[in-house]
Amino acid sequence: MRSRLRLPSVPPATRTRLERALLAVCFCTLALYPWLYSNYLSTTLTQWLPDTSTAFVILAFTVMGLGLNFVVGYAGLLDLGYVAFFAAGAYVAGWLASEQFANAGSVVFGGTVLPKTPGIHLSPWLVLLAAALFSALLGVVIGVPTLRLRGDYLAIVTLGFGEIIPQFVRNGDNLGGFNLTNGAFGMNGIDGLGFGNTVHHAIHTLPSNFLNELDSRWYYWTALALVVVTIVTSLLLRDSRLGRAWIAIREDEDAAAAMGVPLMRTKTLSYAIGAFFGGAAGAMITLQAGATSPDAFSLQVSIFVLCMVILGGIGNVWGVTLGGILLAYVNYKGLFAAGNTFNSTFGTNVDISQYAYLIYGVAIVLFMLVRPEGLIPSARRRAELVEEPEEENVGAEASPA
Amino acid sequence: MTAELLVDARAIRKEFGGLVACNDIDFTVERGAIVSLIGPNGAGKTTFFNMLTGAYTPTSGEIVFDGRDIVGLPQHKITALGIGRTFQNIRLFGAMTALENVLVGMHSRLRSGLFRSLARTPLQRREEKDGRAQARELLAYCGLSPRAEQQYARHLAYGDQRRVEVARALATNPKLLLLDEPTAGMNPKETIAFVDFVRKAREERGLTVLLIEHDMRVVVEVSERVTVLDYGEKIAEGTPDEVTADERVRSAYLGTKPVS
Repeated sequence: MRSRLRLPSVPPATRTRLERALLAVCFCTLALYPWLYSNYLSTTLTQWLPDTSTAFVILAFTVMGLGLNFVVGYAGLLDLGYVAFFAAGAYVAGWLASEQFANAGSVVFGGTVLPKTPGIHLSPWLVLLAAALFSALLGVVIGVPTLRLRGDYLAIVTLGFGEIIPQFVRNGDNLGGFNLTNGAFGMNGIDGLGFGNTVHHAIHTLPSNFLNELDSRWYYWTALALVVVTIVTSLLLRDSRLGRAWIAIREDEDAAAAMGVPLMRTKTLSYAIGAFFGGAAGAMITLQAGATSPDAFSLQVSIFVLCMVILGGIGNVWGVTLGGILLAYVNYKGLFAAGNTFNSTFGTNVDISQYAYLIYGVAIVLFMLVRPEGLIPSARRRAELVEEPEEENVGAEASPA
Repeated sequence: MTAELLVDARAIRKEFGGLVACNDIDFTVERGAIVSLIGPNGAGKTTFFNMLTGAYTPTSGEIVFDGRDIVGLPQHKITALGIGRTFQNIRLFGAMTALENVLVGMHSRLRSGLFRSLARTPLQRREEKDGRAQARELLAYCGLSPRAEQQYARHLAYGDQRRVEVARALATNPKLLLLDEPTAGMNPKETIAFVDFVRKAREERGLTVLLIEHDMRVVVEVSERVTVLDYGEKIAEGTPDEVTADERVRSAYLGTKPVS
């Protein structure tokens, strides 16, 4: 009986006051970050903190982590080719907001550029949505043939798709004479995010094009908004019929099917929703960078995003958010800051980014040894890692009558 | 043959490579009956179950369930038509609570999909609330204490896990309930209670029950008809008394001297 007391209890449906307060404080700090960064922080501190454009990239990658969590965390499908959706989003942004299709004349619909600019220039918000939807569709197209596979086999096939998409992009400059992707050069001169001239003229505080602003705070806020949308979607779906079906599939696919869960539809849906957010993040990053190329879509991106999910706590939205922010921070700022501090302290001249993968490798091994369940594991995951205390009873009751 | 047939399987055959797990078995279940499927280990009982639920597709033969040929239908469609099952080795969703396990069983009866869940429409909220209430009722019906509802399935005691599995199968709202060795690991007292429960559930929920069972006392006690399989062949069929008196059944179970 003693062991029964140590069982982790199921989390309450409503959050405690403390948790709510903590969430509110975190959100306010993040929302005010551009302002804090430029006005209130000492230089020693800002040395370690990302500027707003780096913070934007960190949040954009966090969206990808949260998107992959639908696939890996909820439905338990190991996807090693998530970069494919990042690529899809990036190229949709290129197609719909640059001079790539200048031959088609000038289609400026709510875009952030001047009227009569050649090429297609849709409103960036529409571009984001289109990129996300296109990615989701690609997710269905890839998912339908591959999701019949299980476990390791699925991982290998997704790995393949993660490599095929960049190759396709690289060779897509001459599809029967049609230049779709600009080949290895990638696409340049992609529009920035922004509210467009019409909105700007109506409400002057909303900038027409975020690229023209002094810093990237508007980009940052866009990314933050997308993070919030992704988190809310995760939470709403987790506590629904669909979320239960995903977890059931993760736990025991055969039993789930016998209980009436349509396996293919449910798995494909998780894949498509993951792809949706991957595409949105890819488009958003591209709309800030202004360019994209096939070199950006390496296996390392897939692994990087997967690490966010694992490090944060598979299946736990808050864990993955934290893991995403932390890992992207280390990759885009922390490591450089540490290197700079190291060099100035010891008077050396070490390029620490050369050792990035060595450091990551050691960190992952250490992490798996010390805290394999992730920073903030989901209660379910904790339940899995607790020993089953009724084991002895099973033996006793199972003895022949 | 006055009563209507719920299951009418004809010449069901399943081959795994060269192994014939089910050799042209004819099998019928009358609506409302409790029927047992018995036989030594490896006789093909569970294979037969898996074909009924659509987990395996028969190599040949046809299975008519409730007037419909179900061969080749995907598993979730067959479940929705009204076949619910438990597993030989308990296969609950370990990291889900007892209540959630039962809610998964209701999957094909609930309607809310992606968009309704995201919008939290009144319909979706009502469905969730009613679903939870029904799941609680089912768990109580199967004898699980309310305290255990919110426990993760893997932390439940063995007996409770069995109860949750039956509740989850009942949650699919089955016409035919398949129980794969439900009394395995139960002590005699629990076994008697379970036999009573099966009878009660049949009456109250209008079930037809097909069970695989090794405990002959249970078989004789609860079932109206018994089918005996051995090495993928049907070797006997009839009332429990007829079957237990059958010479071939005795030899399949106990062995026999070679007949000269």
